[in-house]
Amino acid sequence: MTCIEARGLRKTYGATVAVDGIDLRVEEGRILGLIGPNGAGKTTALNAIVGLTPYQGQLRVLDRDPWQERDRLMRDVCFIADVAVLPRWIRVSQLLDYVSGVHPHFQRTKAESFLQRTTIRPASKVRELSKGMVTQLHLAMVMAIDARLLVLDEPTLGLDILFRKQFYDSLLNDYFDGTRTILVTTHQVEEVEHVLTDVLFIDRGRIVFQRTMEEVESRFAELMPRPGQAAAARALQPMHERQSLGRSVMLFEGVERGQLAALGDVRTPGIADLFVAIVGSRPGAAQ
Amino acid sequence: MNTPVMAEAPVRSRDVGEIPFRRRFAWLIRREIMENRSIYLAFLAVAPLIVVGFAIRLATMPGKLRAAAALDALHQHAVIEQPYTFAAMLLMFVSVLVSLFYSVDALYGERRDRSILFWKSLPVSDLETVLAKAAIPILVIPVITFVATFFTQVLMLLMTSLRLAGTGLSVWSQLSFGQMTWVLFYHLVLGHGFWFAPYWGWFLLASAWARRAPFLWATLPVLAVSLLEKIAFNTAYFGQWIAYRFSGGPVSGPGNAEPMTIAGVTPVSWSQSLTSPGFWFGLALTALFLMAAVRLRRLRGPS
Repeated sequence: MTCIEARGLRKTYGATVAVDGIDLRVEEGRILGLIGPNGAGKTTALNAIVGLTPYQGQLRVLDRDPWQERDRLMRDVCFIADVAVLPRWIRVSQLLDYVSGVHPHFQRTKAESFLQRTTIRPASKVRELSKGMVTQLHLAMVMAIDARLLVLDEPTLGLDILFRKQFYDSLLNDYFDGTRTILVTTHQVEEVEHVLTDVLFIDRGRIVFQRTMEEVESRFAELMPRPGQAAAARALQPMHERQSLGRSVMLFEGVERGQLAALGDVRTPGIADLFVAIVGSRPGAAQ
Repeated sequence: MNTPVMAEAPVRSRDVGEIPFRRRFAWLIRREIMENRSIYLAFLAVAPLIVVGFAIRLATMPGKLRAAAALDALHQHAVIEQPYTFAAMLLMFVSVLVSLFYSVDALYGERRDRSILFWKSLPVSDLETVLAKAAIPILVIPVITFVATFFTQVLMLLMTSLRLAGTGLSVWSQLSFGQMTWVLFYHLVLGHGFWFAPYWGWFLLASAWARRAPFLWATLPVLAVSLLEKIAFNTAYFGQWIAYRFSGGPVSGPGNAEPMTIAGVTPVSWSQSLTSPGFWFGLALTALFLMAAVRLRRLRGPS
């Protein structure tokens, strides 16, 4: 079943175009990474998907119109928008009480068992918790909701590396069951790429790259040519070339790996390398 | 490589659970009280002060009662009821302040601390949220004020009885406590809740509108309109209307009989208020303000 379907999704703030006609189709059970530079329109697109902002164009999420039916949609959609949005005055136990009181798909016992693995006490107030603990708490709440779509907007911003790793591990091991859909934006691309099934680059409001991870692995290759082979490699028309430790690193699309292996060391490019090659080389890009 | 192992179809609770509106709304109200503890703490702070003050006053009570015995029944009644009225009025003043500060912050605070992003991630509509927030000054605070006043006055009455024990004096025959309590309830719910509802609605609207300084947004436009009227027409109808509404309008009584009693500022019958056009106009205005606040909450992200 289709989880998210957008056609010509557009959002402007005055003269600024934040999202400039996005076509997108996400099937259920995918983990999609939305990667883009600051101000690319990621958050705006996510806000439209979770019904926080009106938009132009067509958008259906779990077969509902998110702007018209946000409250109904939120029974099946969870989101962690940015960080530190949990109310600071609330106690952990009050938070559990309240969400149990209003959310039909929240399983309190599940949240409690997640929290037991942490140092968060039920009597603590959110303002007394560290940033990492607040994120743990939010994640525990979200994971106890039996939702069909989870939207994460920079969920690990400002956390140390241990928390970040733990966050994605919990998400994969305790939450993702193959039927749920997860949509995540982050700047720490390296930390999510092993989690993703699909990747999407967005730049200045438009989708500039959209592939499954299988496609990335089969179609793209990175070559570090042996000395003297650089010219031969360039003849194969790399889509991008950079220097690393004094050697050229070339990125190829749709070139046989065997052909490349004859010229040097071949590996699958990381998402970050792909991102720099594709978004960084667009006219008018920052670098 | 990244294809996850398909888990067995888990048992989904999503088709079973449905939270009825009443239960969800009750939780929304509870949430407001959890966050804004001043809704009841303010009364717990002021009521003991009243009781202590009254205890001191009790020392001279028998003398005052004997002096009042020489007067006619109406004055006697007023002298006895006065401290109770004073207690009620003090708590009403607290009530208005608490409602004011609550309403001005209710829809602004959640945007300022960005927690609105969390509240909006839950299956609760903007309409339900705004209605719950409006219910605090319109229903919850008047009822809490009533309870606080009732217990304060009961305590005062018990203390009076203890003080007067053995003096041969009694206030029981003079003080119609039952009627006083009923009038108080009526005054608070109808007056402070429904008659003042347009104020609370307006403050909530200012709170939903303001990107900063919601208190200024709540007050400056009112001053601006009054000033404009004064300059343009040299009249003050707008300001008078607002003041008239605050003074109670038809919800308050004739105001000449016993100025220092709650009954003096409260009409005798419900029908008198419920048939006054001003009452219904106020409620319609409140509905308009709240509808605008719902729209704003829906459109405005965190500031």
